[in-house]
Amino acid sequence: MNILVFIKQVPDTESKIRISSDRKSIIEENLNFIVNPYDEFAVEEALRLKESKGGKVSVISVGLERAITALRKCLAMGADEAFLIKDEEKELYEPFRIAKIITKAIKSKFSEFDLILFGKQSVGADNCAIPSMVAEMLGLPQVTVVIKLIIEDGKGWAYREIEGALEEVEFNLPAVISAQKGLNEPRYETLKGIMAAKRKEIPIISLEEIGITEQELKPCLEVEQIDSPPPRPSGKILKGSPEETAKKLVELLRNEAKVI
Amino acid sequence: MILVFIEIRNGKIKKSSLETLSEAKRISEKLKYSVNTVIVGYNLDNFSLELFKYGAEKVFILENSSLENYSSDGYSNALIELVKEINPEIILFSATSMGKDLAPRLAAGLNVSVAADCIQTLVENNSFKVIRPIYAGKALAKTGFKTKPCIATLRPNIFPLIEPKEKKGEVIRKEISILNIKAKVRKIVQEEGAELDVTEAEIVISGGRGMQSAENFKLLKELASILPNSAIGASRSAVDSGWIGHQHQVGQTGKTVSPNLYIAFGISGAIQHLAGMSSSKCIVAINKDPEAPIFKIANYGIVDDLFKVIPVLKEEFKKIYSE
Repeated sequence: MNILVFIKQVPDTESKIRISSDRKSIIEENLNFIVNPYDEFAVEEALRLKESKGGKVSVISVGLERAITALRKCLAMGADEAFLIKDEEKELYEPFRIAKIITKAIKSKFSEFDLILFGKQSVGADNCAIPSMVAEMLGLPQVTVVIKLIIEDGKGWAYREIEGALEEVEFNLPAVISAQKGLNEPRYETLKGIMAAKRKEIPIISLEEIGITEQELKPCLEVEQIDSPPPRPSGKILKGSPEETAKKLVELLRNEAKVI
Repeated sequence: MILVFIEIRNGKIKKSSLETLSEAKRISEKLKYSVNTVIVGYNLDNFSLELFKYGAEKVFILENSSLENYSSDGYSNALIELVKEINPEIILFSATSMGKDLAPRLAAGLNVSVAADCIQTLVENNSFKVIRPIYAGKALAKTGFKTKPCIATLRPNIFPLIEPKEKKGEVIRKEISILNIKAKVRKIVQEEGAELDVTEAEIVISGGRGMQSAENFKLLKELASILPNSAIGASRSAVDSGWIGHQHQVGQTGKTVSPNLYIAFGISGAIQHLAGMSSSKCIVAINKDPEAPIFKIANYGIVDDLFKVIPVLKEEFKKIYSE
């Protein structure tokens, strides 16, 4: 089975986000970048499928050269090969532009595949959109937000998380799947894996090479201004015994906040 | 024209679809657009009367036997057919599991993008814009559209319902040509005892490391059973300790929630957790550590042992809801 996994490098979820002076981007200086946590579930699932069915796991990222660090981590986890599609544009929070780059890359460079895996969303742009978009453009079935995946004889069954329930979805391969927490427990890289990953070459593919046009690269959404969320009003600390504070709290929730 | 996708679940219109329709009605007044709705499925009941009350002028019903269960590609193809015929300027979905799965597929099929999980809409110089959280709400991005139609998903629990009014409208049924469905929903497996998802609840009772064990989460479930429209939330450390399922996790690597009331028991308030819940209308923190960062964003705080506070809270809540 040939599996393509698309990953993104994102700021660590423990990071504070600072907004740059043009108010159109965030300040990247001093941010720690990691593999998008949901993408790790996708990489892990690909490795497990390869271990049980054979084949190859290729990890691909679209972005700046710093994403090579993230790709190398995936190699250290056990991926066979990694590629960077170099896009020098800063984060535009525009999923369709990236989905078009990925689709073009798949058609021109990675057309031999059985399964395409993504994380359910990047933590940051938070669009939850690229897997569905790529599936549409490639004319493939999609199952997003998956917590269990079964592949057998060219067919697949995936359980996707919906509000308070799971949907069991059936599809034929090739297909696009996006991973949710709960799908698996991503492995840690081994020392041997890290050493092997260091020696592997990560080819860089340019946007020209995949044949995407200027027109296609034009964003359909424009972030006009980024702001910090409004500060929350300062709160009250209730004093007294548990009996007193709990009673006071319920009274305030009922009569002041009016939420119960 | 604004087109609103209406989601039917368990034979009922989702409340968040009515919230989206209500917001469409408010936008339409500024832009002088008509508001229409679309339902996709098979053998559908007539939901039109309710949709007319919330401002829909037309209700399009797209039917085919292969659309009885949800399918990303099936629904998307049916919608593409309608959109090409009626050319809406704006298409809105609620940012539910279905909306988040379907809207981007439709968008790509129409060669446009999607603005996801918006918490506010604006009309500036006669153009439609949205505000959407990025980095799970650590920042807010005001976003405009460069292409038509503008497609957006709106976060549940944020947009108020309009006052329903008796009104007449038009129902247009369309039989969709036979579709070759690529991904089919075979069945829906209900999670035991969980009628309400944490993203849809009006009250979220959430537990963190301070809960100490899976067993103790029962105390929170008891509280939730007293409070109507409530659901259980959890911090990442509670989930990673295996005390409760990951579907309850709130935060940047879990779900982002905006309930009316969020009660945090034994949650210290890591940045990534705060990002996922700080847009809640009222936040209560109960934690024995007075330095816990959660107190900085809480409307009400109790610095005490949560196991002493819970029993009293339970009795007080019971008094209110047995009235």
